Amino acid sequence: MHEKKSGAQIVWESLLSEGVEVVFGLPGGATLPMYDALAKDRYPIRHVLVTHEQGASHMADGYARATGRVGVCMATSGPGATNLITGLTTANMDSSPVVAITGQVPTSLLGRDGFQEADVQGVSLPVTKHNYLVTDVRDLAQALKEAFYIARTGRPGPVLIDICKDAQQAETEFEHLESVNLPGYNPTLTAADPAAIERAARLINESERPLIVAGQGVSIAQAEAELRNLAEKANIPVATSLLGISAFPETHPLSLGMGGMHGEAFTNYAMQECDVLIAVGARLDDRLTGVFSTFAPKARLIHIDLDPSEVGKNLTIDTPVVGDALLTLRALLPLVEATEHPAWLAQIGQWRSDTDQRDVLAQETEELVPPFIMRQLWHLTNEGDCTIVSDVGQHQMWEAQYFPHTKRRSLITSGGLGTMGFALPAAVGVQIGHPDEEVWVVAGDGGFQMTMPELSTVVTEGLPLKIAIINNGYLGMVRQWQDVFYDKRYAGTPLFNPDFVKIADAYGLPAQTVSRKEDVEAAIRQAQAHNGPFLIDFQVEPFANVFPMVAPGKSVADMIRRPMPMTAVEGTEG
Amino acid sequence: MKHTVIAWMEDKPGVLNRVAGLFRRRNFNIESLAVGHSETPGISRMTFVVAGDARQLGQVQTQLAKLINVIAVKDVTSEPSIIRELALVKVNATSTNRAEILQLVDIYRASIVDVAMDSLVIQITGPEERIDSLIRLLETFGIQEMVRTGRVAMVRGNNGFAGNGRQ
Repeated sequence: MHEKKSGAQIVWESLLSEGVEVVFGLPGGATLPMYDALAKDRYPIRHVLVTHEQGASHMADGYARATGRVGVCMATSGPGATNLITGLTTANMDSSPVVAITGQVPTSLLGRDGFQEADVQGVSLPVTKHNYLVTDVRDLAQALKEAFYIARTGRPGPVLIDICKDAQQAETEFEHLESVNLPGYNPTLTAADPAAIERAARLINESERPLIVAGQGVSIAQAEAELRNLAEKANIPVATSLLGISAFPETHPLSLGMGGMHGEAFTNYAMQECDVLIAVGARLDDRLTGVFSTFAPKARLIHIDLDPSEVGKNLTIDTPVVGDALLTLRALLPLVEATEHPAWLAQIGQWRSDTDQRDVLAQETEELVPPFIMRQLWHLTNEGDCTIVSDVGQHQMWEAQYFPHTKRRSLITSGGLGTMGFALPAAVGVQIGHPDEEVWVVAGDGGFQMTMPELSTVVTEGLPLKIAIINNGYLGMVRQWQDVFYDKRYAGTPLFNPDFVKIADAYGLPAQTVSRKEDVEAAIRQAQAHNGPFLIDFQVEPFANVFPMVAPGKSVADMIRRPMPMTAVEGTEG
Repeated sequence: MKHTVIAWMEDKPGVLNRVAGLFRRRNFNIESLAVGHSETPGISRMTFVVAGDARQLGQVQTQLAKLINVIAVKDVTSEPSIIRELALVKVNATSTNRAEILQLVDIYRASIVDVAMDSLVIQITGPEERIDSLIRLLETFGIQEMVRTGRVAMVRGNNGFAGNGRQ
């Protein structure tokens, strides 16, 4: 005979047995029993109160990405739960293990459109890996066990559990469950089929111009070392997707950095000219590939991915290799011959020197341009010994271009969904997961304001976040498109911004405005020296745009480049 | 090209919603869908017909298989299979043409399941082409109402299919 527990108690007991140490949430009528149980039974789980449930979902996501553990968020029924949806969709697109627990109206009121009732299972269905509606307390422990198992195994993703209020209040005999019964779900990690690995090795060995394109799957599988071994053994250059950044050290001679819409020209040329392309844990989405039919036209494609539905989704793959990146790369390595590829690497080096000449940082300019801030931040963090949490837009691309990441999981950003407002709350989760890490929020003035009230969470929780707002007074990336494709008609993009220093002051954190290049270093040092959160409002050159840029409908080799400086050798190709 | 695909799934609330939602979201072109119990309690069996190229078909199968409640997915288009559909057709019938209709019903091995003064309800089972063919003939009499079940399929002989689709 097991002890009787309420549904609310079972939630916390289950969370404890899953090793959960923190829950990000905001209480409401339909979660009151759970919150009361937390207070009454003093479960040793930290509850972080947010100002808006979207923040809770991003915090859980940031925590999960930084630590590799499941992040948990909690919201009440109706609007509380629907506010989580943007964060869950973000986590789903970027394969982040999150469990969302929502309260639901009592079973007797389901379907009657009562106060704060929303069909949360229905709403979250297409944006989660799986979800549950629990109407009977006897099903609760099983659902929680399965939710955590599904969220963290295989290709990770968010799982939502909607729990009716009466199921939280009712009691049942509770026992800790050891196993799950999911006949349709077998996430066992294995290497790919040996025949596929052999085919891949043969293609790589025959190749003269091989290229690796690494995605976040490398980091999720913790296969960074295996990737590096492969690249170094056969001297294969490595490009990454946005989320693949930090899966391969960007200061490594074989690193080509991020490719795609805002990738460097030499990176995109390498993708278009390679004869074998090895994608590892990358979805090969349109931002990376440009128009699908034009991508890597000379290459035979090898696609290593855990998720069979990703292989061949966007591109025709010559050699599908479905398996765990770590185990597959390990099996592949001994079959790959050590080679040099001098001609290919020299070709890429030539493309790179052209890019170096166009480098924004090589120009003598007075204006405070964002690339300068990114590079300064890199220098002042002991060459990137910190975690950057970037938002979405121009600053995100500049960060990707000008901050060379060398430490694994040192860039957390919303790649797939491109969720503005992600950075600040996600950074809260990152900092809570890694209390001793130097964590920098890098956000635009538009995105920052979308979730700015979470500054109260930062202050309440005493988190030493460093916040850099890249403030150009515009929704910059949209403005950039208006510059390039819409004849500079700035519809809806100029921003009226508050005084961010006063905003910070109102929340009780120190802040500073920087508008000159020569003040950047001192401000960053001051932020670092301050024992607590610090905000810097970088007022940057408002009309700077991100280049290279691939126009929609084009191949990634077809870029609007950074201009060649006037001082460059005459006759150099533009 | 049209493909016949069988999917086995746990009989849980919302599972049909998950499958239908996936078809809609991924823009799959589903021509027919039939779902009911399989021989294993708790496991439903769905047969659906999807049009598309190899890439689209690969996506249908792998995306479906990714749903947690879906146990197995199998394209049986190239397997020797029994494929059947059932249709009920309410057709205009008068004393003058009733005999002619009955003759058609006989030829097609269909059956009359309801008789009224001015109409007949015909039930026919078989491959879609045979049903289409009878319907074309019945149209000359005037069809009042019709319902079709969509395709169901079963692979012939001992083909290694376990009851829940796992081999």
